[in-house]
Amino acid sequence: MAKKFDFGYYCREGVSSIFTHGFMSFAAVCMIVACLLIMGSFSLVAVNLDNMLGDLEAENEFLAYIDESYTQEQAVALEDDIMAVPNVSEAIFVTRAEALDDFREGRDNQLLSDLEPDVLRDRFRIHVEDIELLKESADAVEQIPGVADVYAATDIAQGFVMVRNIATGIALVLIGILVVMSLFIIANTIKLAFFYRREEIAIMKMCGATNAFIRWPFIVQGMILGLAGAIIAFLLQWGVYELVAKAVIQSNGLSLLAILPFGSLVPVFLPVFCGAGLLIGVVGSVVAIRRFLQV
Amino acid sequence: MIRFIDIHKEYDNGTKALKGINMRIDDGEFVFLVGPSGSGKSTIMKLITGEIAPTQGKLMVNGYSLNNISPRQIPMMRRTLGIVFQDFRLIEKKTVYQNLSFAMRAIGASSRELKRRIPYVLRLVGLEEKADRYPSQLSGGEQQRVAIARALVNNPNMIIADEPTGNLDPNRSLEIMMLLERINELGTTVLVVTHEKNLVNRFAKRVIAIENGRIINDETGGYYNGEKV
Ligand SMILES: Nc1ncnc2c1ncn2[C@@H]1O[C@H](COP(=O)(O)OP(=O)(O)O)[C@@H](O)[C@H]1O
Ligand SMILES: [Mg+2]
Repeated sequence: MAKKFDFGYYCREGVSSIFTHGFMSFAAVCMIVACLLIMGSFSLVAVNLDNMLGDLEAENEFLAYIDESYTQEQAVALEDDIMAVPNVSEAIFVTRAEALDDFREGRDNQLLSDLEPDVLRDRFRIHVEDIELLKESADAVEQIPGVADVYAATDIAQGFVMVRNIATGIALVLIGILVVMSLFIIANTIKLAFFYRREEIAIMKMCGATNAFIRWPFIVQGMILGLAGAIIAFLLQWGVYELVAKAVIQSNGLSLLAILPFGSLVPVFLPVFCGAGLLIGVVGSVVAIRRFLQV
Repeated sequence: MIRFIDIHKEYDNGTKALKGINMRIDDGEFVFLVGPSGSGKSTIMKLITGEIAPTQGKLMVNGYSLNNISPRQIPMMRRTLGIVFQDFRLIEKKTVYQNLSFAMRAIGASSRELKRRIPYVLRLVGLEEKADRYPSQLSGGEQQRVAIARALVNNPNMIIADEPTGNLDPNRSLEIMMLLERINELGTTVLVVTHEKNLVNRFAKRVIAIENGRIINDETGGYYNGEKV
């Protein structure tokens, strides 16, 4: 006769319990919002930095100028030596005439803009695999006889890498602290709700209710709190991101800072926010009531 | 069906509440469990519901062996029992009807089953007019009848009641006992704990007398502590 899983009942009980403990529920949702906002903000910074690094990596190249005393054949022959350097993925020979053409078309690499056309030399455009090792690779290429000079935008690359790593580190620590605090406050909210209903629960047990049946409304309650926190956090995150993005774009001297549109991040961020909120809610409530359900 | 075989119960603080209980209650019986305060009556009730475990001895309830029952089976065993307490234990903020539907929902009954069963049980205990009252709007005797209705609502094999009339005046107590007798006549096994001599002696039922953790008498026919009416 018994229905195994009375979803409507669990939801009604879970929702009514949230309103019975309005203040604690509010506090729990706020904690989850704070947790997810900080997690989201750091992730968004990291994603954008990664994207910018990606842009750099798309042309993650440096230039190696060839000694002017080398003939073109001698210069081309250096390719094997360059390719032998670790992390180098490609070396493209560019004659001084081609470089000059590129420059005249105004499409040349910005980094060359301070060079006078008459000092343009034959050069290799060298691609590396890992931009974090750009400086090492450039230094190694510079040691090759016949390479007069190298030009690598190592400062920019390293700056980005450092910011990204610091942001990731801080984010992980903050997320850890906030996850623990969110779990703690969810668990306490559920404990309070459980304690408030302890007489009803004693009666349910006396009637032969299973632990699962007793537990589900509290898990639903945790899930709703977690999900509510996630959705509020997501909307706030969206607003904040648009504001910051606008400010960055306006004050953006370096065209390197390309901000990703939020819309492109929604398919990843929305599920991750909801998943994290649900997980915090479920784990918090399971932890809270496990102790109470013995016999 | 209840079977106690040499049951001992020693509480954590060293109190020996039961010292070798042997008893057998068959389906359909009506049994009074009597004895002075502290003799171990409530301990027997708690053993039957699985709230506590015996220190020693074999214990069977409605086909379940409580010595090696799994935690998952305890709820199933409890569904074969209807439990009634001295202090009623109704939910104050629910009506009579809601108290009963709460008990049925707890074991997953559907709305259709609720609608069929609750009016029948309320009629049986004579409270069909008061379904929408809250417990605080009822007399003690009426509240205990609600508790009995709740114990019955899931159609158990057996009702066990620990001093169900302890809070009631003699007339209301008699009504409760007559109600339990009626329920027994309809086929449910009834085990009632009481120390009200006069009440027990008005019914010619089996009486198990317990003193200091031991059964001292087990006879059918209106006895209490060996005194015949
Ligand atoms: N939880 C407990 N811990 C320790 N001793 C208990 C506990 N419950 C009951 N007792 C003791 O066990 C004995 C039997 O108690 P109980 O079964 O409640 O008796 P009755 O219901 O017949 O009055 C008493 O001496 C009582 O003090
Ligand atoms: Mg007692």
